[in-house]
Amino acid sequence: MASTIRVRATSSGETTEVQALIQHPMDSGFVKDAKGEVIPPHFIQELTFEHDGKSVFVADWGAAVSKDPYVKFSFKGGKKGDDLKISWVDNKGATDTATAKIQ
Amino acid sequence: MTIIHDGFSATRRVILKGAGAVVLVGLGNIPFSLAPAFAAANDKYPEDAFKAKSEADAIKSLYGKTAEPSDKVKLDAPEIAENGAVVPISVSTTLADVTSIAFLVSENPNALAASYKIPAGTMPSVANRLKMAKTSNVIAIVEAGGKLYSATKEVKVTVGGCGG
Repeated sequence: MASTIRVRATSSGETTEVQALIQHPMDSGFVKDAKGEVIPPHFIQELTFEHDGKSVFVADWGAAVSKDPYVKFSFKGGKKGDDLKISWVDNKGATDTATAKIQ
Repeated sequence: MTIIHDGFSATRRVILKGAGAVVLVGLGNIPFSLAPAFAAANDKYPEDAFKAKSEADAIKSLYGKTAEPSDKVKLDAPEIAENGAVVPISVSTTLADVTSIAFLVSENPNALAASYKIPAGTMPSVANRLKMAKTSNVIAIVEAGGKLYSATKEVKVTVGGCGG
């Protein structure tokens, strides 16, 4: 199954830079569709990055995060070939998980 | 913006097409049992803070204290955003002991946009993309050593990103 999560994690020796792009509608609940009916809110609430069994970054998101959200951060540590585990859960309880290799 | 598209753009369209369908179909199949595992591993999702209308209420709900402006918080946002649906905003700071970073948009229906937990060892620097309903102040809050520091910048929006 194609994942909703695209991650690029690059180690520069001391730190690892992570860029993630997730496919998600991130409907805010304020937008109306073509028929004038409000599209109900549907957005990712929590996004977690784990390396070596520890959370290195946790995002709590509201509906104001753009569609197909993008986030970039970096953390100390992480070697080439290490696993980075990414998971999200949205306001409807849907989840997705992916594991990326640090490059 | 170029950084964002680097590497992703080649496959992005294909993925969009595929993933769109997968998301819709996938919703029903993914086991619910995963959700509690996340909840246990992290602090609770700050639902009330995200429902707060004004930035003052959101900050109070999220942290229970007020922030003071600091020039050590560097907020990077465009002067003018042509498309309010996708406004690239980033923040970095030279402050030590940063534990969290939050983004707020004053004029949005709910001011709080995103809140990031920064565990020890993670750099106090985050880039993301936010929706903005109209021209508004964007506020970055950095929690460092138990205190709150903020930076504010006005972003002019020509086309709103919250519909209407």
